[in-house]
Parts: sequence; C-alpha cells; structure tokens
Amino acid sequence: MTQQVKYYQTGTYTVGNRLLDQEQRTVQASLDRSNALDSGHRACQGCGEALGARFAIDAAMRATDNQLIACNATGCLEVFTTPYPETAWQMPWIHSLFGNAAAVATGVAAAQRVKGKKEVRVIAQGGDGGTTDIGFGCLSGMFDRNDDVLYICYDNQAYMNTGVQRSSATPPAARTATTMPVGPNPGNEFGQGKNVPLVAMAHGIPYVATASVHDLHDLERKVTKAMSMRGARYIQIFVPCPLGWGSKPCDSIKLARMAAECGLWPLFEAEHGEITDSTKLRKPAKVDGYLKLQRRFAHMFKPGNEAQLEGMQALADKNIVKFDLLEEKGDEE
Amino acid sequence: MNKPFAITLDVGTSLVNHTGSWRTERPRYVDRIPPCNKTCPAGENIQQWLFHAEEGNYEQAFKTIMQDNPFPTIMGRVCYHTCESACNRKDVDEAVGINAVERFIGDEALRHGWTVECAPDTGKKVMVIGAGPGGLSAAYHLRRLGHSVTVFEAAPKAGGMLRYGIPKYRLPREKLAGEISRIEKLGVEIKTASPVTSVADTMKEGGFDACFLSVGAQVGGKVELPTDGSVPMFDAATVLKDLENEQLPDLNGHVVVYGGGNTAMDVARSATRMGALSVTVVYRRDRNMMPAHELEIHEALEEGVQLACLRTIKAVKNGELELEVMVTGEDNRPVGTGQTETVPATVLVQAVGQSVDLGPLNGLDGVEVKGGVVLVGKDMQTGAKGVFAGGDMIPSERTVTVAIGHGKKAAKNIDAFLRGEIFVAPAKHDDAGFGELNTWYYSDAPRSVRPVLDVARRQSGFAEVVGNLDEETAQYEARRCMSCGNCFECDNCYGVCPDNAITKLGPGEGFAFKYDYCKGCGICVAECPCGSIEMVPEDI
Amino acid sequence: MLKQMEGSMAVAEAVALARPEVICAYPITPQTHIVEGLGEMVKSGQLENCEYINVESEFAALSVGIGSSAAGARTYTATASQGILFMAEAVYNASGMGLPIVMTVGNRAIGAPINIWNDQTDSMSMRDAGWIQLFCETNQEAVDVHIQAFKIAEKLSVPVMVCMDGFILTHAYERIDMPEQAQIDQFLPPFNPRQVLDPANPVSMGAMVGPEAFTEVRYLAHRRQMDALELIPQVAQEYAEIVGRDSGGLISTYKAEDAETLVISLGSVIGTIKDVIDQRREEGEKIGCVAIRSFRPFPIAEIRKACANAKRIVVLEKCFAVGMGGMVASNVRMALSTQPVPVYNVIAGLGGRPITQTSLHNLFNEAAADKLEGLHFLDLNQEVVERELERQRLDECSGSVAENILRDIGAVAASKV
Ligand SMILES: Cc1cc2nc3c(=O)[nH]c(=O)nc-3n(C[C@H](O)[C@H](O)[C@H](O)COP(=O)(O)OP(=O)(O)OC[C@H]3O[C@@H](n4cnc5c(N)ncnc54)[C@H](O)[C@@H]3O)c2cc1C
Ligand SMILES: Cc1ncc(C[n+]2csc(CCOP(=O)(O)OP(=O)(O)O)c2C)c(N)n1
Ligand code: SF4
Ligand code: SF4
Ligand SMILES: [Mg+2]
Repeated sequence: MTQQVKYYQTGTYTVGNRLLDQEQRTVQASLDRSNALDSGHRACQGCGEALGARFAIDAAMRATDNQLIACNATGCLEVFTTPYPETAWQMPWIHSLFGNAAAVATGVAAAQRVKGKKEVRVIAQGGDGGTTDIGFGCLSGMFDRNDDVLYICYDNQAYMNTGVQRSSATPPAARTATTMPVGPNPGNEFGQGKNVPLVAMAHGIPYVATASVHDLHDLERKVTKAMSMRGARYIQIFVPCPLGWGSKPCDSIKLARMAAECGLWPLFEAEHGEITDSTKLRKPAKVDGYLKLQRRFAHMFKPGNEAQLEGMQALADKNIVKFDLLEEKGDEE
Repeated sequence: MNKPFAITLDVGTSLVNHTGSWRTERPRYVDRIPPCNKTCPAGENIQQWLFHAEEGNYEQAFKTIMQDNPFPTIMGRVCYHTCESACNRKDVDEAVGINAVERFIGDEALRHGWTVECAPDTGKKVMVIGAGPGGLSAAYHLRRLGHSVTVFEAAPKAGGMLRYGIPKYRLPREKLAGEISRIEKLGVEIKTASPVTSVADTMKEGGFDACFLSVGAQVGGKVELPTDGSVPMFDAATVLKDLENEQLPDLNGHVVVYGGGNTAMDVARSATRMGALSVTVVYRRDRNMMPAHELEIHEALEEGVQLACLRTIKAVKNGELELEVMVTGEDNRPVGTGQTETVPATVLVQAVGQSVDLGPLNGLDGVEVKGGVVLVGKDMQTGAKGVFAGGDMIPSERTVTVAIGHGKKAAKNIDAFLRGEIFVAPAKHDDAGFGELNTWYYSDAPRSVRPVLDVARRQSGFAEVVGNLDEETAQYEARRCMSCGNCFECDNCYGVCPDNAITKLGPGEGFAFKYDYCKGCGICVAECPCGSIEMVPEDI
Repeated sequence: MLKQMEGSMAVAEAVALARPEVICAYPITPQTHIVEGLGEMVKSGQLENCEYINVESEFAALSVGIGSSAAGARTYTATASQGILFMAEAVYNASGMGLPIVMTVGNRAIGAPINIWNDQTDSMSMRDAGWIQLFCETNQEAVDVHIQAFKIAEKLSVPVMVCMDGFILTHAYERIDMPEQAQIDQFLPPFNPRQVLDPANPVSMGAMVGPEAFTEVRYLAHRRQMDALELIPQVAQEYAEIVGRDSGGLISTYKAEDAETLVISLGSVIGTIKDVIDQRREEGEKIGCVAIRSFRPFPIAEIRKACANAKRIVVLEKCFAVGMGGMVASNVRMALSTQPVPVYNVIAGLGGRPITQTSLHNLFNEAAADKLEGLHFLDLNQEVVERELERQRLDECSGSVAENILRDIGAVAASKV
C-alpha cells in the first residue's frame, strides 16, 4: 500500500519514515544500528563530531556487515571516546598519534590483505587538524598508494581539542584562539586555507565526497558507496562544534544545514578525480543567517567589517557556481 | 586476550559514565494542538485522521473522524474548511487539502459500509428537535454514549439545510441519505413530518430526560421593495426548498438574485441549471466584500452568472428592476449616488438571510431570546433546565460544521447532565504554531486539486460539480500533512541525538529518553520536524 | 649455508626467513639496501605472503607498522639517523602500545651537520623510548639477532630495535652462515598477538590514560623489559640449539675474567678492540672487553659481574650526549655505583671517524697508567678546536662551526645524504 504513492511526507529527509520500506530509511532509524560510538562518551553537549562519527561509522558497519576496524587520530573524537578506563567504541578501534591515522590504517589494511581477510575493511578518521594539517603527509601517501582505506575527516574547522586554534580548514574571518578578532583584518585571514577534498581528487583516487550531519541520507549514501569501493577514499564531513564556534548546542544540525544551504559547505562527490554529482540547495539562503548564530563570526557584523561579510558571500556564491548547486525547482519526488 | 593494562579497553565500558548529570534542561515528548484541529468547528482531530490516511488505513481515519463528526462525506463537500486556512503548510507552500481527503474517506466509508459502535444503553431518553446537521450530530453523539434518542423533524425528509438549502450539485442526495441512515442504523429514531409545536409538551408526553433543540434558521427573509407586481418575488429559502421538493419554481427568463452570500450563489447557480435566460446577482457592496466564498463566486461566474455589484434595487416596474449605483463610503459602507440604471427581470429571488421560528419554545420557562436567537450557556443549555440548543438558532456563525460542533458539545453536556454531573472539557495542549516546526524535512509537494465537472454539463443539470480524489491522490494529499505538534515517528530524535540517549520503542510506540545519558543539548527538540518535543528546566 | 654477501643483503635474507607479513620501506643511507633487498624478494615472489609498502616517510613507515602489528601481522621496517628522529613520535607510540615490531637501525650520525657516516647517536636518541635495543658486532650476529628479535618482541609484546653500524656492517661483504628456512620455522612460531584489532573480538587500543594510571602503565613496561633480561639469553639459547650458533644474549665477554683493564663497548668496534686486546695480551697486559648486546634492557647484573675484578673500566662509545658525555658510560657508571672502580669514558668514531688500532693502543696505554680523564675524545684534533675557539673569541658571529672546520682542514666533502 505504501509503495503505490511516491510521496512520503518527509520524503527522504528525516532519519526514518514509517511510510518507507525499512531499507529506504537511514541506518540511524533502525533499532539494530550498531551504535559504534555509544552513550557515555564525554563530548560536549550537542557535539557535531560525536554525531557525525556515529552516523558515518554506523553506516560503514552496516555496509560491511560489521567487519570494520577504525583508526583514529588524536583529537576531540579520540579524547572524548576513550579516556581510561572507559571506551565508547563498540568496534575494533585504535588510536596511535595525531598525524598518522591514515598510515596506521594502511597498516591495518595491509594486515587484512596478507591474512586473506578480504571482508574486513578499514576506516581512518580524524579532525580537520589531524587531517588537513599534521596528518596531511600520511593522508597523501595513503591516497598515492591507493590503499584500501576510507579516510573520514570530521571537519569542525579548527583544532578544538587544544582549545580552538586555527587549522588550514578554518574559514576566513573566523575567530580562533590564534586568529583573534583584533586589528585591521579581524579573525582568520582571507585567501588562506586548503580544500582537501579537491586535493584528494587531484590524487585521482576512486572516491571523494563531502557530507554534512544535517543530511543523513546523503551522508549514509556516500559512506555506503565508499564502502562498496576498494582503494583510497575520502569523505570530509561538516561537524559543527558548539564550543569552538560559540553556538548553541541545539543548533549543531541547524548550522550544518545553513552552511550547506548558503553554499559555504558544498556537498559533492567525485570519482577518479572528476566531480560526478553535487547536492542541490533545497532552500538557498544568504550567508549571514548562518554566520549570525556563531560567536566566532560576531565581529563581522560590527560596523566597518562589511567587506568581510561580502567576502564570505562571494565565497559562497563562487561555490554555488563551481559546484553547480542550484537547480530549477519543480521536479522533486 | 591478555590486553595491556589501561591502554587497551573493553567495549561497552563507557556506559558507566552517566552523562545525564551534565544536564540543566531536559527534553520531553509533548502533543501540541495543530491549528487545523484547533480551528475545526466540529473539533475534529484532523492531524490524527490524516496520520491514518497517510498509511492507507482509511477505516481508522474514518473512525477517528467519527469521534467528532458523523458526516465525513458531507463535510468533504460543504464544509468551509477553516482548518485549511489555518493549516501551517500554507506557510510552506499551500495548505493541505484536508477537505478533499475527508471526502475521500467519507465516500470510502459509505462504499464499504463502515460504521462505529455505541456504548451500552443507559436507559436515558433524549429528544432532539430538528434533523438538520446540529440535531443529527447531537443525536448521533448521544446515541454513541448509550442514550436512546428520538429526533422530531417537521420536513418530510431529514437533513435540514443540507437537504433544503444546499443544492444537489454540491451535495448529492444519496451521500446525504447514506450518512443519515448510518446514524439511524445506530438506533437513532428520526420522526419526519413531525413538527413540534411545544417543546415542553412533547418532552413531557414522550417522557424525555433532556432535549436538544436545533430548529435552524428556516424562515427566509425579504426586503420590502416598491413594486408594481410585474416581477414575481420569492425568498431564497423557499425557492431552494421547493426545488428539493420537486415543486419546481419558475426560474425561467431573466432571473435576478438579490444578495451576495452563499445562499445567493446557490440560487443563482440553480437557476442556471433550470434553464434561465440570464442570471444576475445584485449586491450592494463591492465584489471583494461579498460574503459568498470565492470559490462559489468563481464557479458561478464560470457557469455564466453575472454580477451587478455596488447596486441596490430601488424599485420593480414594468418587468424591470431599477438599480441605484453605489460607491464604497466610510467604513466600507455602500453609499447611494442617485444615479440609476435598469435590468430586465422575469423573477426576483431575495437571498438576504434567514430567521429562526421560535414558536415551539412557547411555554418553556427561562428561555432567553436576544436578537431573534436563543441564548445558551457554556454547556449549551438554554435557560430551561434540561433543554439545550445549538446550530443556527443560537448566536454563532451559521455553518454546517458549527452546527455539528454544537451538537457534539451539547451531547457531552447532556450526557453529564443525565448523570447529574457537569461536563469538564479536558485541558488543552499548547499550540503547534509554525515556529514550532522544522520544515526543512518536509518534501516539496504542491497541493493536489479535485477534478471539476466541465461547464457545459454544469449548466445543463444538477450533477455534482466537484469530483473526488482517487486513492493515490488522496493519500498523497494526506501525506502533505506535517503532523504539526504530534509525533509521526520520523525517527529524527532517535537519529540526531549525539549521545544515543533515545530509545525507539517500535512502531506506534514512539520513543523514550534515556535520562542517564541525555546531556540536554536540545538537538532533538530543534530537529523534530513537527515540534513534538520540548525542553523543560531540570530541577537542580 | 655459507655465503659471501653484503651485510644489508644478509639482514634482508634473515628478515625474510622470519616470514614478515608487512614490511614498510623508506630510503635512508645506510639502511636502504636492506629494504631494497626485501622489496625485490617480495616482488619476485621469493618472499611470499608479505605486503611490501613504499611509504612517504619514516613517520609513516612506523605508523603503518603500528597498524599492521596491531592488526596481528608480523611487521618489519628499517631506518637510520634522521629517519629515526622523523619517526620519533611513532617510536614511543609503538612501544607504549606494546606492538612487537622489529626495526633495524643502520647506525648513522645525526645532523646538523648532516653526516651519513656511522656512529650510534641515532639509536641512542631513542634509548628511552621503551624499545628493546640489541647491538650487533658482526653481520653474522646481525643475521642471528634479527631472527631472535622477532621472537623476543612477540613473546613480550615489546618492539625490538636491532642496531648495526652503518657501512661498517651494512655495506661490508663478509662470509655469512645463513640459517635454513626449516630451522627458523622451527625456532620462530607464527605471530600470536597479545592483542589484535579484530571485528570478532573488538577492543579499543590506545586509550588516553591520566595520572591515575600512567605511572603503573610505565612501570609495567619497565617490568616487561626486566623480563627481557631473562628472555633474551633464553631465546639465544633456543636459537643456538636449533641453528648451532651462539650469537646473542645480553653481553658477551672477551678475555675478561682476569682483566685489570676492562673495555666496554658495543657494535662493530668490538672487533677492532679484540684485535688490540690480543696484541696487548701478548705483551702480558691483563686486558679484556665486554660487548653490550642488549643496551635496553640494560643488563646491570651482568655488567656488574663482568666488572667484578677489574681495576679500571674504559667505556668506548660512538655516541655522545652534548653537554654531558657518553650515554653508555653513564649507564655503566650507574651499574657500578656500588663498585669503587674508575670508569673512563671515551667518545670515539663520531660521524664515521675510523677507530684505528694505533689510537686504541695509545688510549689503552694511558688507561693502564690511569692517566685518562673521565671524559676523553679519541683523536680529537685539538689544534682545529683551539683555532675555532680563538676565532669565536675574536668574532661573535663566526658562522657555521662545521664549515669553518672543513675550510680549516681543507676538506670539502661531497657525500651522498
Ligand atoms: C442555501 C444555503 C446554503 C448553505 N451552504 C452551506 C455550506 O455550503 N456550508 C455550510 O457549512 N453551511 C451552509 N449553510 C448554512 C447551514 O446550512 C446551516 O448553518 C446549518 O444547516 C444549520 O444547521 P441547523 O441544524 O442549525 O439547522 P437546519 O439545517 O436549518 O435544520 C433545522 C431543522 O429543523 C427542522 N425544524 C424546524 N423547526 C422544527 C420544528 N418545530 N419541529 C421539527 N422540526 C423543525 C427543520 O425542518 C430543519 O430540518 C447554507 C445555508 C443555506 C440556507
Ligand atoms: C604531534 C602532536 N602535536 C600536537 C598535538 C596536540 N593536539 C592534540 S589534539 C589537537 C587538536 C585536534 O584538532 P583536530 O584534528 O581538528 O580535531 P578536533 O579536536 O577539532 O576534533 C592537537 C593540536 C598532539 N597530540 N600531537
Ligand atoms: S570541543 Fe567541539 S568537537 Fe570537541 S567535543 Fe566539544 S563540541 Fe565536540
Ligand atoms: S499540516 Fe497537517 S497538522 Fe498541520 S495544520 Fe495542516 S493539516 Fe493540520
Ligand atoms: Mg577540528
């Protein structure tokens, strides 16, 4: 009965939907999701990283029938999940160092290969600092060798665990402890930073994608797709951090949604170096709504800093064109 | 495994860390009252029956409607659906087509012969006067509560204005009859052609414990016009009643209808169907001030009815009407200009309102009348003990749905009265306003439209104008509902909690918070699409 | 089987006999030939069931090794000099996590000034990193010790660093008696990890440990190294039983029983020292030596015992802690703190400077006369040093010391780095 009609009230945007077949709902909707990252962890209230990690890992667990090993870089995700004597991980998991998660994963994958355990798959994961900065060499090496590893970067746009310092993923204008909102160019400089998804693509690896905690279906689909492939794969997930961004804990998903809908966080996929798809904006918006909810951007709204706001909007507009984020309305399911 | 001390840990160990102690506010599930339900004059739980319809469970949807309203198929045709004007979805795209879905469900129910159950007999006898929507609603609800009910109806058939006012092309009579007979089958006795001349006497004679009056506003009003008698004049109520009784009124030639309400439209459109040469509606004020519903006017115009707005009839002479041109003055009042014009008229029908025949109330002590209508208390009781009233005869909006709502409310109060108690309505939930929703999650879905009969066929007969939705479209439309304020098991809270602090209890069971782990971040509240979770301060 | 071969190739073959499952390779002189050799063996199919991974840095090399070892694969890598510093963080991490990785260090000096030649400062920089450190005297020993290293590492769940002097051993062609595969298979059982990343039995490895347990974690690591003091000789014994050659243990002594002058050193220089001892014994001098094989754990009891009758100890080492002295000597002094015997510390062979028999004779002459200072630099060119010091006195900004000295002695070295 429910299959006759193609419209499902909340379509495919909510976590579950009683009107949809089980397999069309998200992994998170199911009673038997693995909860790979379980209750009792010590992340801040409303931590987007905790959420993103469970989303991604549970999806990967489902995709691999729980034959999964995770290698974690140092950072919030590691610290809040595994302070002795408690671990929140319900899966084989290893933390070695801040900058070597990709390499550790290469080793774990090599061990599976040599032991003929083809079914056991490996994920490396870390924060943006551990990925785009200190772990960048190992990451690039893993890409270069096309090792059978999915690397997931949880991008909260700064070094959070050490108290919110700038990373190469910190957006322009953002206040961090090392880019204070003082002087003529308050906050992080414009014209710096690196787009690691694009750098990953330049390696020609099988799969690169961006994802966000606000669009679970999209995130899970990407993780699942990544796990259906072999070789080096990279997904960078946007994970708001209430502590580091000066936002309300309840707004973590909302901010992710707003970042995407204004074009600052384009969702796209690429295979073998070519962009194959991008997620169109459902309710396009300007950047200010997104920025206003975060104290790290508060200075942008002070008189005299209009240029920063324009600069941000320009970045978003550029993304919208570059990643082809707009679509003519009308043909949704 | 002989694991290294401290550096290698066993899974599941974090559960000893009860992060719930960090919380200063706690989330909790709530039901809010959606605007549709809130504005429904019959108090239907619209969101709830749409919920069942979304799943294709139309019988359950029907039963849910029947909690409040015994006439889904009639509602789906004649209700002015204030619910849709209030529907939150209008701020997303367009309101949910609640009325269309209700009709689909009502028709399904008739087609399948679905019905409902009554409570065991109480032995109490209630008399209802008037088998219009108000009277039948009261009778139905009282019967379901186990009381024995007798309805006295003056007209040869039951239905009140549903039958003697609303034309067939809007409400086919087999639908009307179907829903009335469903009530009769529940054990309500309807005595037609049985006018009550004295409520007090009939009550005493029949040994009734209580009475509900819903005699409607049946007396057609007329404005006195200087006339030379060259044009016959009727009132709308009489014309429509005659139409129903097949004593076909002479609506040939140039028919002029005086008045701008729905009744005027019903007469005008009926005249078109009777073969009038021309039909003109004369209205004192501006077009946009016409009390008739826009859709009614629109359909009338489609069918060839002409509007003469900002005109009053000054006189009837020589088979013509003299009209004075009006302008809109202060407070939107029409002001005469002195300028006149004439229109030919074969017949003039005045549709300028109806009044209540209060004759049967004579001899009832304590009944208070004001402005031609009977006053009732909060409990719908008139000044006479045990005599309740509702519908067009009491001060309120005169619509079918309001009358049905009165009938329901009166039934509950009568039920309490029969037990010597006072009915106390359950506490109201908070509103599910648009601000409570997170509409990003709802798919874009334009409103569906019901099929409409083509104009040629409308002009030539009384076939129903507005068609039904097919099942697929009805279900689609039901699924456009955002379930404002009421959990619809989308699993968002269960999915978005960063701390896995929500237990999913399974289909139909909802969710529960694990307060041992909930840190009180409030993401579940923010991401609940329908606003069914709230944060409350933790007592610390 | 006896073979004439380069030390690096011999080590490569020995490692292959241990059936490693994952090998991480990154080039740095003088270790490179070992991983090159293994690479060819894997690629040709001679070494089966082995993943050979060309990594992008030493940090990655050991990190990959951490992953593979944690996932239960027998893991090997090799490095030297700058490489071991580049991987330093991972060196500590591998031992902290108790991962039985075997790593060769082709001992080489650490820059600046960059220098590709042999000394042992690189290994010594990691002496406190929690690894077992075994120093080889000969290539034959290197072959045998590498194989034993896997057994020791895996039995204790502690990584083992096998240290062999760069060039002097790695690049030297010698006759090697290579064990048979069957012998090694008998000696070394398959790796049965203490902990493993396994979906069937999940654990979290590498937790954050706070003050409440950190000391205990460290103490337990120390206890494992103390256990190694018993295990290392035991494994050497097992090896000798199967392969028929005693090459291992904690220390080895040479003419030490009655020695009044006891020379303590480690690595390949022991060979030269033995030759000099032989010559001096012929002159009637009671001189002998002790070769430290296991620098970590440090065999305090064995050293004490060996030194029990000596009148003086000369610790000759190819490493130097600037501002302090020799690392080996300080360790020996600690071992002998209860024995009233003078310990002379001689720093020799830094950055590849040859340690000649003549220099050693001169040194031992002075030692025998108890004329040595506590800290002595063998063959230090005092003239050059004085000139530079003089220049520095005259001009505060005298430029690079190394360049000045090179200019001074007229040698502009062009060496591969
Ligand atoms: C032409 C027309 C079109 C309308 N269209 C709509 C519409 O589309 N939607 C809408 O919501 N509302 C509409 N209305 C208004 C709606 O019909 C009335 O508000 C509603 O019917 C009132 O119900 P009721 O039960 O109070 O009275 P009624 O429907 O008027 O019923 C009263 C009944 O009591 C009977 N009765 C009266 N006196 C006695 C007596 N002494 N003894 C026994 N029986 C008696 C009458 O015969 C009648 O059957 C319309 C009204 C008219 C006139
Ligand atoms: C080699 C090294 N340098 C620095 C640190 C300190 N450190 C630990 S976590 C961290 C920040 C992590 O930032 P990121 O990777 O973005 O993860 P987040 O905490 O933001 O999730 C830093 C700088 C370290 N542990 N190791
Ligand atoms: S600092 Fe940010 S990333 Fe770290 S636990 Fe808190 S919310 Fe999460
Ligand atoms: S969306 Fe549904 S629940 Fe909300 S007001 Fe409209 S019909 Fe009612
Ligand atoms: Mg970060």
